[in-house]
Amino acid sequence: MAEMDYGLTEQQQEIRSIMREFAEERVKPVRAELDEKDIFPRELLNELGKMDLMGLYIPEEYGGFGAESMLDFVIAIEELSRVCIGVSVSYAANALGADPIIIGGSDEQKKKYLAPLAKGEKLAAFALTEPNAGSDAGGIQTTAVKKGDKYVLNGTKQWITNGGEADTYSVMAMTDRSKGARGASFFILEKGMPGFTFGKKENKMGIRASATRELIFEDCEVPAANLIGREGMGFIIAMKTFDVSRPGIAAQGVGLAQGALDEVINYARQRVQFGKPIIANQGYQWTLADLATKTEAARALLYSVCRTADKSTKDISKYSAMIKLFATDVAMDVTTWAVQLLGGYGYMKEYPVEKMMRDAKILQIYEGTNQVQRDVIGAALIKEYASKK
Amino acid sequence: MHIVVCIKQVPGTTKVQINPETNTLIREGVEAIINPFDENALEAALVLKETGGAKVTVLCMGPPQAETALRESMARGADDIVLLCDRAFAGSDTWATSYALAQGIRTLGAVDLVFCGKQAIDGDTAQVGPGVAEFLGWPVITYVRKLEVKDGKALIERTFEDGYEKIEAPLPCVLTTVKEMNVPRMASLKGRMRAKKAEIKVLTAEAVKADPKEIGLKGSPTRVVKIFTPPKKSSGVRIDGTEPSVAAREIVSRLKEQKVI
Repeated sequence: MAEMDYGLTEQQQEIRSIMREFAEERVKPVRAELDEKDIFPRELLNELGKMDLMGLYIPEEYGGFGAESMLDFVIAIEELSRVCIGVSVSYAANALGADPIIIGGSDEQKKKYLAPLAKGEKLAAFALTEPNAGSDAGGIQTTAVKKGDKYVLNGTKQWITNGGEADTYSVMAMTDRSKGARGASFFILEKGMPGFTFGKKENKMGIRASATRELIFEDCEVPAANLIGREGMGFIIAMKTFDVSRPGIAAQGVGLAQGALDEVINYARQRVQFGKPIIANQGYQWTLADLATKTEAARALLYSVCRTADKSTKDISKYSAMIKLFATDVAMDVTTWAVQLLGGYGYMKEYPVEKMMRDAKILQIYEGTNQVQRDVIGAALIKEYASKK
Repeated sequence: MHIVVCIKQVPGTTKVQINPETNTLIREGVEAIINPFDENALEAALVLKETGGAKVTVLCMGPPQAETALRESMARGADDIVLLCDRAFAGSDTWATSYALAQGIRTLGAVDLVFCGKQAIDGDTAQVGPGVAEFLGWPVITYVRKLEVKDGKALIERTFEDGYEKIEAPLPCVLTTVKEMNVPRMASLKGRMRAKKAEIKVLTAEAVKADPKEIGLKGSPTRVVKIFTPPKKSSGVRIDGTEPSVAAREIVSRLKEQKVI
């Protein structure tokens, strides 16, 4: 049967094809073990670097693949997520860590930090969240005080994806507390800088292959040359980063939903009860129909948002919030049903759907909870309709 | 250094079905892949290319569809891909295939090293690698698990079921590779995009100056009398999770039960 024609370029089709092969051959055989034993997939990420897949979003002049569309990277994330989002978040978080440099960094900063990320030789992380500041990004307490040609950082970052594993960190700190959100700035930190250490590694419900850790700064001196953009630009850089990163989370949702759907349908075609495969039951088919329809709808919206963002990322917030919200809710719905539809087997670790359901939950929470996404959409609607009068 | 890797395109399954009437493999509806042992051969060549610098040419004898296997080799890093393709080659057995490949290699200029997989997963003969070496008049070392090329010599570990040999061979020579040698890399995105557009050099029987009497059915002395799927052996019984002394007693009692001892 023909697949939906999303008008993908030859390159995008090739990205889908090699990432699918990678996910099937390299990730699928080990995903349960990575999950069970909390193993960070460093070797898998190195291999993705050699396959040119780590630098899809990095411009060619800085050693990346220089993909012309956001869709290239989104398709890569989608395919990897179909098999394991513990691995795919470790992959995608590199882009999140690199985005502040791409968005606001100087030419020297880009040359120095992006090339090793593009090759997969180094990994990146994005550090904003703190014990008292998550959704309310303006409330962060980590400070950066200028001292000669250095900034001195103090504070703690929490739940940092790729924390401890990454080499390059984009860290948000307050350079002027009195200005609130407008007093925040981004800095590039390197693993091993004096005063920069790691706290506890989190023990999570899902995405257990990924590393989630605290970053601790105690009088950590950072060269002033590592300030991204200017002082006070931190909040704007963060918002712009989220605008381009949220479709990536949506891609995880679409991929995960598709992966769960594949598992359910394969199971239901083989499982025989009352003398026939269970997929022959109308109740089963109707549920599958709903899940498949939602998954395809999420994919269609995701690709449209990417294409819109390709033209301009200005005013993309509403749409990137919509697709993050929708695709991750679909993933939760599909994976929860997947467990139900596999019955007792769905609850057992011999089948991958229980992991998929545990993994799905984080998608509704990180990168802005789905409630925050609704805030973003709501605020955009008010603004939009007010300007129409 | 110029390295030639010989590859074969095979059905992508270990459950090969045989047509009982014609005694040939049923290839319809089965995905075609690069013979897995040849992937190890290609990987070995690519590692040499990365570490010491080499040009890697991949050579395949087969129908026009074998092009996909050649393009995949290029996507992984091969520099040149060559298809040995001619109706006159059809029906070649291992003898005629070895001859044709050797003739093909002769047309590729100076060659220092030829890699083949130890055998193909469809025919399982393990004859073509040594056959190519024989026709070229070069030494052959089969079942290579480790290789270093130093001062114009190949330093090799050749594997057996119960050990290995250390061998030194002069270049040029033919090596056949085993699975333990390496983990074949996956294609890169740039490689795939390049391979898509790459031109495949096609060599006919005439182009490689093959003697028509030595190729195809005519040049194939092998006569297949019968092909059949051997009856399944029942898998053995494992006695696990117990003290060796207890397990030994258990084994002895079972053997006695079966009147083996």
